[in-house]
Parts: sequence; structure tokens; C-alpha cells
Amino acid sequence: MKRLLIVLVCLGLLGLGVFWFITAPQTSDAAEIDALVPNVDQGAAVFVAAGCASCHSAEWAEGDAKFELTGGRAFPSDFGTFYAPNISPDPEFGIGDWTALDLVNAMKHGVSPQGQHYFPAFPYSAYANATDQDVVSLYAYLKTLPPMQMNNKPHDVGFPFNIRRSLGGWKFLFQPDGWIIADAPTPELERGRYLVEALGHCGECHTPRNALGGLKTNEWLGGAPNPSGRGTIPNITPGKLTWSEIDLMGYFTTGFTPEFDSVGGHMAEVVQNLSQMPESDLNAIIAYLKAVPPVGE
Amino acid sequence: MFKKIALATAGLAVAASAVFAASHADPAIAGAVKARQSHMQLYAHNLGILGNMAQGKTEYDAVAAAAAADNLEALSLLSQAGYWPMESDAMSIEGTRALPALWEDMGAVSEKSGALVEAAQAMAAVAGTDLTALQGAMGALGGACGGCHKAFRQSQ
Repeated sequence: MKRLLIVLVCLGLLGLGVFWFITAPQTSDAAEIDALVPNVDQGAAVFVAAGCASCHSAEWAEGDAKFELTGGRAFPSDFGTFYAPNISPDPEFGIGDWTALDLVNAMKHGVSPQGQHYFPAFPYSAYANATDQDVVSLYAYLKTLPPMQMNNKPHDVGFPFNIRRSLGGWKFLFQPDGWIIADAPTPELERGRYLVEALGHCGECHTPRNALGGLKTNEWLGGAPNPSGRGTIPNITPGKLTWSEIDLMGYFTTGFTPEFDSVGGHMAEVVQNLSQMPESDLNAIIAYLKAVPPVGE
Repeated sequence: MFKKIALATAGLAVAASAVFAASHADPAIAGAVKARQSHMQLYAHNLGILGNMAQGKTEYDAVAAAAAADNLEALSLLSQAGYWPMESDAMSIEGTRALPALWEDMGAVSEKSGALVEAAQAMAAVAGTDLTALQGAMGALGGACGGCHKAFRQSQ
């Protein structure tokens, strides 16, 4: 009996050790990041393509207020409600005291400067495929925005989902390794893949999730229930999306559907960003959407 | 015997008609909903004329474009005071996607309506000039429509 107990305790400690190892936060190499030269204009383009303002500005922000990254917007989910933090360059209320390496670790690894895991409401699984150069340029651009004195609202997440260490396990299980669509045979498709899978993080809304909130990558962009409760987010693979390239370009630049209904809900935010992007980038996104494996139908 | 059956049937009929009546919306509210949705369809029809030219799906026709743009401007200036009675939001009745937020912030509503008027007037000024000018004015229209839909229309 005593021997059994000792074996069980040892196994338990071993299990804990494995858990601790698997859930350890990953970080990037400081020397590699320091070697990069930021480009503020490129950072501005990344800011639009990655949609930072759509989540991190205030709920009803329009126009110039979209550059005031106070945070505070609520994101309901099956696991609780998350509140976007202040990412303005204020050193006390925002991320003004962060280094470029801190931003890389946050965006690409989902790890805070204190070494804690972020909740995947922040789409770091997608941003993991962003280039270090783009993140470093974004860092420089964020510094040019106005500092905002607004406190972060704590997430409303119940036990056991509020145990941050366990997110290391979530990442281990569900963080995709590299690109979702392995083949991008032309430079345009490569750019489209980068904009959709990495910066645009389209999959975060348009791909269904399993019970633990991981993306079902075999149904990539196949549509999902709306996490805020009502309705569905559409399937945008060729299995369902029959719009022409012209229709898609019209939608991205004006928000008008082929029937001239106008986009609403969160997608209206996305169109606000898309409409600021260069035509070549929009063509790349369209090419990628036409090339993804069809889901359904 | 007959009297009992007759009474029972009458009672059932009254109960049934009460249920029937309750399941039908107040006709005044139904009328307002229909009117505002028709107003939106008029927008879509005129936007379609302009948008199809902008996208190259139809030939540019200066006269038709100017007419559609003038319609949009006129539509944007119509008073919508009678379209949005209380209790006609998506939480109160079926058949509408208008969110309660629309009734809560009149300041935001009038600001967004103003944006549409501006965008429609900008389009009306150039729609009959040439295709490039027309194409340039589509974005602002889309942004104005999206501004209201983003805030006040329920997702599908």
C-alpha cells in the first residue's frame, strides 16, 4: 500500500513536471529582434492590415478616435467575456514601457513581458506567422499614436479557464504549426496567404472551433457560429462563396454586397480596414480566397 | 346538451381568436417596419445602378447615373420620423433587425444619417460627370451605410 502511494506521488510529480514543461512560455531571441530596422510607414500598413484599432479602440470610436487605443471593448465567448487592453504608448496605462521584443513575444507567442500567457481572444496564433520585421515596424508606428490614460478592465472569466498557465497547454494542443494552406505557388497567393492567415486573422472568426476553443483547421474559413450569440459568420471558401473577383473587390472597398445591401456588425470594421489597403493587397486576398479548399456544399 | 356544446365551442373560438390576435403585430408598427425596409430597398436599387457602372458590370450612362444619384440624395433627406415607433426593435417584434441601440442614442443616429446625406450629395455632384468620378464617390456611400448597420443592425 505504501509502495503504491509512493509510485502514485512520483507519477503525479512527473506529470506536473511534464505539464510545467509543456506549458512554459516561448519567447523570441532578443538579438534577432534588435538587428531589425523599423519602418514607420510599413508599421502603419501593418496596423491597418492586422486590424489593431478594430479591437483596441473604444466601442463607438469613429474617425480619429480609432487611433486612441484605450481598449475596453468586450468580446463574449463560450469561456467568458474578454476585454481588450489599452495598447496606447502611455507608459503607465498602456504599453509605452514595452520594448520591440515585448511586442514580438506578445503578438507571435502570446506571452506578456512578465512571462504570462495571454488568452487567445488575442489572435496570436495567427500573428505567429507575421514577420518579425512587420511587428518591429508596427512597434515604431504604435509609438506615434496618442497616449491614453484608461485603465484595463479585468477579463470576466470563470474557473478553470482563468488559469493562465493552462493556456500553455492550449497552445501546445491547438496552435497551428506554420501555414494552414501549405501551398502558395505564386507571389500573389503568398501575399494573400500572409494577409489572410497572419495579419488579417480572418480564420479567427470564419473558422469553426472545437469544444476547447481550438480552430478546426480542416474546415478552414468554413464559417462558424457568431460568438456574441446570434447568427452565423459565413463560409468564405469556394464551397459557399460564389461572388466574383469584381464582387469581392466591390465589397472590400465599399462594403456593398452584389445586391447592394451594406455590410454590418463586426465585418463593417473589417471593411473599414480593407478599404484602406492597396489594390494589389486586395487582389492577393481575393486570389487566396478563390484558392482555399472548398468546405461544405 | 346542444347548449353545452354550443357554449364550449364558443368559448374555444374566443380563446383561439385571442391567441390569433396576439400573434399578429400592431398594424401601425407593422406598417412602419414595412415602410423603412422599403426605403432601404430604394437605396439598394439606386445604389445598384451606380455600383454596377462603377464595377464595370454595366455601361456608364451619365444620365442614368445622375438620376440614380439624385434619387439617393432625395431619399437620404426624407424624414424618417414615422419609421421608428417605440417597441419596433428586434427584441420586441419579429421581422426586423433594428437593434434597441437605435432608440438609445439619437445623437449618434443623426450624426450617421448626416454622413449619408453628405456622401449622397458628394455622389450627386459627380455621378453625371464621368465614370472615374463616380467610382471615387462609391466608398463614402458604402462607409455611410456601414456606419449605421455596424451600430444598429442585428447580425444575421
